[in-house]
Amino acid sequence: MNKITNHQLYRLIIAHFAEIIREPAVIFWGVVFPILMAWGLGIAFTKKGDVNIKLSLVKVITEQDSVHETKLAGYLATNGNKKDSTYTIDLKNEKLGNVNLTFYETSWLNAYTMLKKGKVSLIIEDKATDTKYHFDPANAEAKTAYQLVANLASYGSAFYGVNQSGIVPLTMTGTRYVDFLIPGLLAMGIMMACSWGISYTIIDRRSKKLLRRMVATPMKKSNFLLALITARFTMNVAEALLLFVFAWLYFGTKVQGSWPALMVLFLAGNIAFSGISILISSHTANPEIGNGIINALVTPMMVVSGVFFSYHNFPDWTIPVIRYLPLTMIADGFRSIFNEGAGFADVWLEALVLTSIGTVSFIIGLKIFKWY
Amino acid sequence: MTDLEYIVDVRHVKKSFKDVHAVKGVNLTIKPGEFLALLGPNGAGKTTLVEMIEGIQHPDEGEIFIAGKQWKNHQHELHQMIGLSLQETRFMDKLTAWETMRLFASFYKLDTVRVDEVFQLIGLEEKKKAYVNNLSGGQRQRLALGVALLNKPKILLLDEPTTGLDPNARREIWNILLDLKKGQKTSLILTSHYMEEAEFLCDRIVIMDQGNILVEGTLQEILTLGGGHHSLDELFISLTGRHLYE
Repeated sequence: MNKITNHQLYRLIIAHFAEIIREPAVIFWGVVFPILMAWGLGIAFTKKGDVNIKLSLVKVITEQDSVHETKLAGYLATNGNKKDSTYTIDLKNEKLGNVNLTFYETSWLNAYTMLKKGKVSLIIEDKATDTKYHFDPANAEAKTAYQLVANLASYGSAFYGVNQSGIVPLTMTGTRYVDFLIPGLLAMGIMMACSWGISYTIIDRRSKKLLRRMVATPMKKSNFLLALITARFTMNVAEALLLFVFAWLYFGTKVQGSWPALMVLFLAGNIAFSGISILISSHTANPEIGNGIINALVTPMMVVSGVFFSYHNFPDWTIPVIRYLPLTMIADGFRSIFNEGAGFADVWLEALVLTSIGTVSFIIGLKIFKWY
Repeated sequence: MTDLEYIVDVRHVKKSFKDVHAVKGVNLTIKPGEFLALLGPNGAGKTTLVEMIEGIQHPDEGEIFIAGKQWKNHQHELHQMIGLSLQETRFMDKLTAWETMRLFASFYKLDTVRVDEVFQLIGLEEKKKAYVNNLSGGQRQRLALGVALLNKPKILLLDEPTTGLDPNARREIWNILLDLKKGQKTSLILTSHYMEEAEFLCDRIVIMDQGNILVEGTLQEILTLGGGHHSLDELFISLTGRHLYE
């Protein structure tokens, strides 16, 4: 009778856990998808293959000029490979990686269409007297294309291969993009798993009147929530371990700092997002509204918290706010442990703040929680 | 407890939601072991009344005693003696029928012996290992009834337990309830859209409309009181001007 397997908390944990692992979609989105994302992004930003840059070349010919008298087209006709109305020039550099430039000789109208469709990022207005470059300076890819083509026009393709001895590519663990990415993905995994796994589950069960049915029994309300959090946390540990093992085996990712500190911060992150998830799901019984609420929470943090790229590119005045968002605190803490050798002394404040956010949110959420 | 004359005693209960007077001073008593049908069209106030008996709504005025106790100070005890089946409850899809029953059994600190008994009672032993989302409508309703019976409740509240079921599935539910009536000291409050369900199962019928009880008694009593109607359908229309399913 008093066996632990008959205890309501145990049975609630088992029930929540069974619901998670028996749903193939949950396994895909929780386990397979983050690994695919790490693999895809890790490969994309560490690959050594050639870079292909495509450009539109608009020749502006006056009555006095001949076809080959425009400036860049003249150079391309001599030095590039021409096929139909397309020129290609290959820029070689072993350290930087090779760049293949493709110039589409076309009209203004077609050039703008190609730009709008994202096929090219730069339009070159080529005249006999000078060359003009039309592009969005805020677009980093367009800016790079401009600098390459402008140098090409001035110095020829040899400019790209100079000073190879002065370039030292970073390959040391902790300095690659993938080392920035993996801790960010681990942090994002906690946020996504808690907000969808806890909030959405609660809203869905409220809408199906299961919560109402449960509170008509002697079930302890806190046990229901505790079991949901425990089942989710167990899954989060498994998901994070699988992602880490993949990154370790495939990319050689290492934890240079303290493992206990990493575990404490991981736990604190889970507490924070579990509490927040309970709070945001405390009222609504409409899954569509729930969807909106969850997206309103996770999307801004996904964008600004520096999961994929550094948040230091945002305006200075936003940095103090971004830095104290829960997701940023977890991602920054993870990165300092993974890549900078940080220990408990470096992340205790983040862990404390995250735990406090989670605890306060949980208490408020429980107070205002609607069971039916 | 056994000496109690009424297991449910509702006294002058009123309940309003903003401007809507859902229940307007209702008195209702139910004896131990008595099966009572609560009939009324949508908006009659029967759900609000049942929710107040169930303890999830609180009366604005009046008092409700369950086995002589009020919800305010005896929540835990009263939860132990009430069984409930809601019309629209959906259990967890990916749990088996057995796991669902065990989960609810754990809330009452019951072991697997009682779970097995209930599966036998509801005739769902062959579906123990089936996921809830693979059960038919009738099987789900029987599972819900089984969950409501786990704690051998003194009061069973069933909200339209056979709505949407085919005649065979409905008959299976009725048979389970008839067995319960013979075998145990359980009182039943049944809300239904089916007149024949009320006639077949219940000792007493209460017809509500617009927050008031219009008539109550045995089937014969209310037909006679209502002016000699031949059926509950006819009586209902003459009292409310509407069909029960409206």
